[in-house]
Amino acid sequence: MAEVIKIKKGLDINLKGKAEKRIEGDIFPVDFGIRPDDFEGVIPRLAVKPGDHVLIGSELFHDKEDLNLKVVSPVSGEVVAVNRGDRRKLLNVEIKSDGKFESAPFLKAVLSNLSPEQISECIFNAGFGAFIRRRPFDVIANSNEKPNRIFISAFDSAPLGADYSFTLAGQEKNLQTGIDALKKMTGAPIYVGVNAADAAPFNNLNDVVKTVFDGPHPAGNVGVQINHTAPINKGDVVWTISPVILAAIGKAFNEGVIDYSRIIALAGSEVIAPCYYKTIYGAKISALTNGKISNGVVRFISGNPLTGTQTTPEGYLGAFDNVISVIPETTEPEMFGWIMPRLKKFSTNKTYFSWLFGKKEYDIDTNVYGGERAIIVSNEYDKVFPMDIYPEYLIKAIIAQNIDKMIDLGVYEVAPEDFALCEFVDTSKLKLQKIVREGLNYLRKEEA
Amino acid sequence: MKALRNLFDKMRPSFEDGGKLHMFRSVFDGFETFLFVSPTASAQGTHIHDCMDSKRLMTFVIIALMPAMLFGMYNVGYQHFTLINQEASFFEMFFFGFLAVLPKIVVSYAVGLGIEFTVAQWKKEEIQEGFLVSGMIIPMIIPVTTPLWMLALATAFSVIFAKEVFGGTGYNIFNVALITRAFLFFSYPQAMTGDSIWVAEADGLTAATPLATPAAFDLNNSITGLIPGCIGETSVIAIAIGAVILLFTGVASWKTMVSVFIGGAITACLFNCVGSTAASQMPWYAHLCVGGFCFGAVFMATDPVTSARTETGKWIYGFLIGVIAICVRVMGGYPEGMMLAILAMNMFAPLIDYFVVDSNIKKRKNRTTK
Repeated sequence: MAEVIKIKKGLDINLKGKAEKRIEGDIFPVDFGIRPDDFEGVIPRLAVKPGDHVLIGSELFHDKEDLNLKVVSPVSGEVVAVNRGDRRKLLNVEIKSDGKFESAPFLKAVLSNLSPEQISECIFNAGFGAFIRRRPFDVIANSNEKPNRIFISAFDSAPLGADYSFTLAGQEKNLQTGIDALKKMTGAPIYVGVNAADAAPFNNLNDVVKTVFDGPHPAGNVGVQINHTAPINKGDVVWTISPVILAAIGKAFNEGVIDYSRIIALAGSEVIAPCYYKTIYGAKISALTNGKISNGVVRFISGNPLTGTQTTPEGYLGAFDNVISVIPETTEPEMFGWIMPRLKKFSTNKTYFSWLFGKKEYDIDTNVYGGERAIIVSNEYDKVFPMDIYPEYLIKAIIAQNIDKMIDLGVYEVAPEDFALCEFVDTSKLKLQKIVREGLNYLRKEEA
Repeated sequence: MKALRNLFDKMRPSFEDGGKLHMFRSVFDGFETFLFVSPTASAQGTHIHDCMDSKRLMTFVIIALMPAMLFGMYNVGYQHFTLINQEASFFEMFFFGFLAVLPKIVVSYAVGLGIEFTVAQWKKEEIQEGFLVSGMIIPMIIPVTTPLWMLALATAFSVIFAKEVFGGTGYNIFNVALITRAFLFFSYPQAMTGDSIWVAEADGLTAATPLATPAAFDLNNSITGLIPGCIGETSVIAIAIGAVILLFTGVASWKTMVSVFIGGAITACLFNCVGSTAASQMPWYAHLCVGGFCFGAVFMATDPVTSARTETGKWIYGFLIGVIAICVRVMGGYPEGMMLAILAMNMFAPLIDYFVVDSNIKKRKNRTTK
């Protein structure tokens, strides 16, 4: 019987527009775009130019330092543009799909016949390596490092997050093959954190350390799960991988094809009928949202409203995202808003009345509701931060760029997403995720 | 609302850089954000935010202060008419007190906010709301006879030297309102202690506070607050209403508040057992009811910026405030120990937190060596 860990701190933000559990159809548009920025820590070196024909699994770019770390095309077709921004920063690679979904060859083999090196080569050549993240630093893993442990969170507890039990239903065999491949490749123990409520596709996984997590968001954050099962110590390297990619790795070994399609949720209060669609990462947002959004000023987010990236209908589905959220954009000034009862607005604070309404769903807009201040309220972050870390002190150490203190306070264990809820509840309206990301990048640079 | 909004939009250009009035930009911003919550959308990070902000936080502290403030005004009138032996109606008493207290509130806000606005303009920052609370607390913790010029001087001193030099709201080490009081206490002791200061405009007549004459202690009056004392500090009931507001809304920490009372009660009990002076024989519950004990415990020990910030730290911090306050009362030369106790613990709060956080650090290090 798996160990059950109860998470007490946290917050489930009850947003309007949760996706209904039905797959409305396949949306495989013509236009795709791959953003190097999705792959944190990768410094891209292009391998294609406009006009090149690519297959699913053809390399688009690789990391400057780690040549094996490749980002590949998720569709077959033609590279139509390579867009650059300031100082020639690579913004995205645009691909026009030919609609054939031809995969580059992948070694279909029984895993037991392959050596760890062969498996690693297969995984990294097919681009799956670019989806393995590592902590410390929460960046894309290095192809030649060996992790001490691998963690997989089998559920997404974030508001509007996709339900993996639903999107990965029927993928049990692929998930198991994915586990076996990673296990053989690295020799590291694999930890799977499953939802107490529903973990159907993960129930019968073998050769993993399974832990059941019960509680509000961020119980599904892999960082929280790591902290509660086997915290990261100095010198440790921990890999984290999404079950969606795990299933894709399994499928590649089982069937010999590279398939980056995934089932995503289209959700949020501004979506007319929120539900699930099958698509491929990098797909143009407008192809997924056209005609499905209510009128009004809205914000498109690739990902959930806490950690997602702001985008537009012209943007593309992020590589790590399983949901497109559409929420109202703030437009009107509100007279004396800060003293009003604001009965329709959500707050965790009892100076508002959300606590009276129980399980009411809210359509929260993008307003920050206040100016940036120094940290005033104490214990505010701790209430939604279920890790054995003092978040406020860690944030202060990061702002002060005090490396020793950061390390002492557990910076190796965290990722920006772990601070998303803190940022949501913060009275002082600080951009905590940005602070943590910059702190991690700074530390990584200093330690390099 | 639309017209007002348009007016602000029309005025904005002259306050921006290069505009004729840009030296008042922070004031303009301050008023604008006071009137309207601007539709500032999140640009980075989380796309949604809790609608709680520092304006609402401070507002709720002020709301919580109101019962004590209103009662204080009434009590000023009550004490005055009692001392001069004149009959007066409830409204006469309240109105007398209102007129006596209002100038103090005005002066405190004018001086403090004036400095805040200037500094915000100079640092090109938004005006911070912290002083809204300090500015209300300051008139409540001084005797009603304090001259306005003293109040102005003390407020200016504490806002500049206890807050702005440290970086403004959120960075100060000491509670700003208490520094104001401490400044008055040590600079103008004759205006802050003694028997003739507690009742407005009653020259020559004296009315001692119960702390000066423990034998005169009357529990009922102390709880209702109909005793001479600082303007907002006398009524346990009014302060308790404020405490309920602060605790229910979670604006103040119940751990700090409770532990101050525990610390005070235990220390007073110990003195009851071993002491022989009048002050040490004052019953423990009396200690908690009189002077600034309640007010300090509810409104000032719980100031999140200057108190301990870790949860374990709050227990220690509050407990020691209670202990020190009673020790100063019983063993020190001053009748009132709460101010000194809180200021002393403000100083030690970072140290307490340091040890609490350090235990977490040690735990993490031990994990590696295991």
